[in-house]
Amino acid sequence: MKAIISFIAVLILAAIAYVGVDVLNMQYIFGVVIPYLAVAIFVIFMIVRILKWGSSPNPFRIPTTCGQQKSLPWIKYSKLENPSGVLGVLGRMALEVLFFRSLFRNLKTQLRDDSQLTYGEAKWLWAAGLAFHWSFLIILVRHLRFFTQQVPAAVQLVEMLDSFLQIGVPLLYMTDAVLLGAITYLFLRRIAIPQMRYLSLMNDYFPLFLIFGIALSGVLMRYFLKTDIVSVKMLTMSLVGFSPSIPQNPISVIFYIHLFLICTLFAYFPFSKLVHMAGVFMSPTRVLANTSRVKRHINPWNYPVHVHTYAEYEDDFRDKMKNAGLPVEKE
Amino acid sequence: MAKLPKPEELSKIDYTPPKTSWMDTPVVFKEGMFCHGSKPKSLDIVGFPNPRDWRPADADWKLPENWKEILLEGIAERLEKYRSFRLFMDICVRCGACADKCHFFIGTGDPKNMPVLRAELIRSVYRKEFTLAGKIFGKMAGARELTLDVLKEWWYYFFQCTECRRCSVFCPYGIDQAEITIIGRELLNLLGLNIEWIAGPVSNCYMKGNHLGLEPHTIVGNLEYMLDDIETVTGKRIKPTFNRKGAEILFVTPSGDLFADPGTYTCMGYLMLFEELGLDYTWSTYASEGGNFGFFTSNEMGKRLNSKIYAEAKRLGVKWILGGECGHMWRVLSQYMDTWNGPADFLEVPKSPITGTVFENAKSMKMVHVAEFTADLIKNNKLKLDPKRNDHLNVTWHDSCNVARGMGMLEEPRYVLKNVVNNFVEMPEDTIREKTFCCGSGTGLNASEDMDLRMKGGFPRANAVKFVHEHYGVNMLANVCAIDRATLKPLMDYWVPGVNVCGLHELVANALVMTGEKERTTDLRGEPLPGIEQKEEKA
Repeated sequence: MKAIISFIAVLILAAIAYVGVDVLNMQYIFGVVIPYLAVAIFVIFMIVRILKWGSSPNPFRIPTTCGQQKSLPWIKYSKLENPSGVLGVLGRMALEVLFFRSLFRNLKTQLRDDSQLTYGEAKWLWAAGLAFHWSFLIILVRHLRFFTQQVPAAVQLVEMLDSFLQIGVPLLYMTDAVLLGAITYLFLRRIAIPQMRYLSLMNDYFPLFLIFGIALSGVLMRYFLKTDIVSVKMLTMSLVGFSPSIPQNPISVIFYIHLFLICTLFAYFPFSKLVHMAGVFMSPTRVLANTSRVKRHINPWNYPVHVHTYAEYEDDFRDKMKNAGLPVEKE
Repeated sequence: MAKLPKPEELSKIDYTPPKTSWMDTPVVFKEGMFCHGSKPKSLDIVGFPNPRDWRPADADWKLPENWKEILLEGIAERLEKYRSFRLFMDICVRCGACADKCHFFIGTGDPKNMPVLRAELIRSVYRKEFTLAGKIFGKMAGARELTLDVLKEWWYYFFQCTECRRCSVFCPYGIDQAEITIIGRELLNLLGLNIEWIAGPVSNCYMKGNHLGLEPHTIVGNLEYMLDDIETVTGKRIKPTFNRKGAEILFVTPSGDLFADPGTYTCMGYLMLFEELGLDYTWSTYASEGGNFGFFTSNEMGKRLNSKIYAEAKRLGVKWILGGECGHMWRVLSQYMDTWNGPADFLEVPKSPITGTVFENAKSMKMVHVAEFTADLIKNNKLKLDPKRNDHLNVTWHDSCNVARGMGMLEEPRYVLKNVVNNFVEMPEDTIREKTFCCGSGTGLNASEDMDLRMKGGFPRANAVKFVHEHYGVNMLANVCAIDRATLKPLMDYWVPGVNVCGLHELVANALVMTGEKERTTDLRGEPLPGIEQKEEKA
């Protein structure tokens, strides 16, 4: 049900763009106003979100230690899984952000009929997650060609590598296929695994459909429904140069659908779970080094508390202590 | 108390989620799955709000009229105080990687025990009250109203989490359910909704210095019994000191070690080791608790109980502090103590008087785990050990959650273990080290009225022990945690009869050849040493 509503929501979004452009001719609204608005929302509210996270301190040093601590010099410690300094944390975070280290640990716990628990390999979520995120990033980089007058060499290199299979005309970008495949997998596992279905919210299905919609409209535009690419670039360059204008030659409606879904994603992003993109860099269990025994970690809101002092304790038990032969401060 | 079902029944676990969505499935309090509510006296002593007689299963929890306001203000305050909390409310993508990592989920099949859903219980309210999307879209955005049913759900499930952090090892963003449970329990305590098995020890510890409420003369008396037993086994009379000013080292251990076996055997182990070393150390009856049930109550209560350790070290004028075998005690000590109650600038950087090793890793907090201390002794050949005395034991090692995932002490105890026993087998690799399973009874859930919960929560741990018991004949489960020592025994009796539980230093003391000791014929438990029976028969 939640999935169906999310699906319909994305269909409606696409329909809005279609009607807006094809029927109502609101090219300027969909090509200029909404993109500016969406990017502004994204930038402003992401900054707000990050500042909000940042405004709450890390009162305690609470890394999740996933390996041997640094203790005695002859015991080999785990620099990356239990970092003892900045370098270790950088390494740990690099593994986490670039290769999803923690997700790589994933296991599938199963209870056999003979009541034995088994822990099987379960790398598909990791693989699909990694494929999804990397494809998305590469596609994003490829799109830089629409936002730079001279296409940077790096972007061209990425394009070349991405299309090195040399299939079809225009050349197939592998990431397009991988992205669609990965999203499909991520969606299917949410539906197919009872626990996943049980815990999933609209907040989970909607972004999947939205990104699928973006990818699909992009693929349609590139490979099937031809679009005037020169005009598209004229529009995007005018946006980047802050002198927005809709090109003379009409751009097909599929472009506007693609763009509107992207705008929705941008505007939705700061208010959704997608903020994990920034949040992962601030997670205290990963970005803090395990140094709390070596160097005092300061809690900015540490305050004095009521304690039961030794003097009070001795007052409570003085006679018993003396009878037991324990030294006391006051006779 | 309902009768505990047989293991065959308890291990039939239904993982099918309910038909109704979790938001529309009100909590049902099942007998055996929760603890008694806190007693008014226990809350009164430490000045906690809303002390009253109440029962969790009753409809009326006798809450203050403005309970909702108190909770929402409490959440707002904590969002500003803890980045962990604020972040973890926002960034979960519900990928489900944590779901089947939780021992309570594995053992119960209850979807609300998946860490992700346990967090959603509070996240849903956060969305409703603190986010724009939640306010506008409500349920569609995963938001819901804070109602009495929701509050009861929080209570039921935040006391079905042992803050073991296994989920946070697998989470791609390091979301730590322990943090959420810690804060959830803190919120519940604003309304006087603790469990007595935590609140009682907390008030004991506050007034008497330890969870068990052992008064100074009782501590001395309990140790005397152990000294008698040590004399029986070794022929040596040990005379430890208490509250002694000017000692070099203050020794602090969880009070469980002073009270009941098998903890007491571990305690005998410390006594024998320190005697053999001629260590200049003292016990304290005031700082007589290393563990900290305050930590399971609120950050503030944790700090209040913890304060005694540094305060006593200062009063006695010791140079540094040595800590006994414990799990959560060591998460609190290593990640919280110095921040709460430091700086301990009146102490010196710990230095082993025997080996001269300086424990640079404890440079600021000035406290060393006894496993680190002993590993250093063995490495430097300072102990005469006869591991054959442990040959009747086939040992496996249980990494305690908190020293594994809140500190990273994995190799030190293994090194010690390998030097004091000849037969050591690891459990399957996905159930040890950073992936170790909780005993199922941590964070103050080791009461007697929640045995169903404990046996279910401990099922994955027991299951791994069962594997090595059946395949390699393991008969001893060793660990460095007082709660483990108290709770793994009933867990083993239930799931894996024939496996015993011990602390590391019990095994050390068994193997330790002491100067001037008589020929040992039994281990610390009074069981005949291997080879002895045959010898006697021959004679």
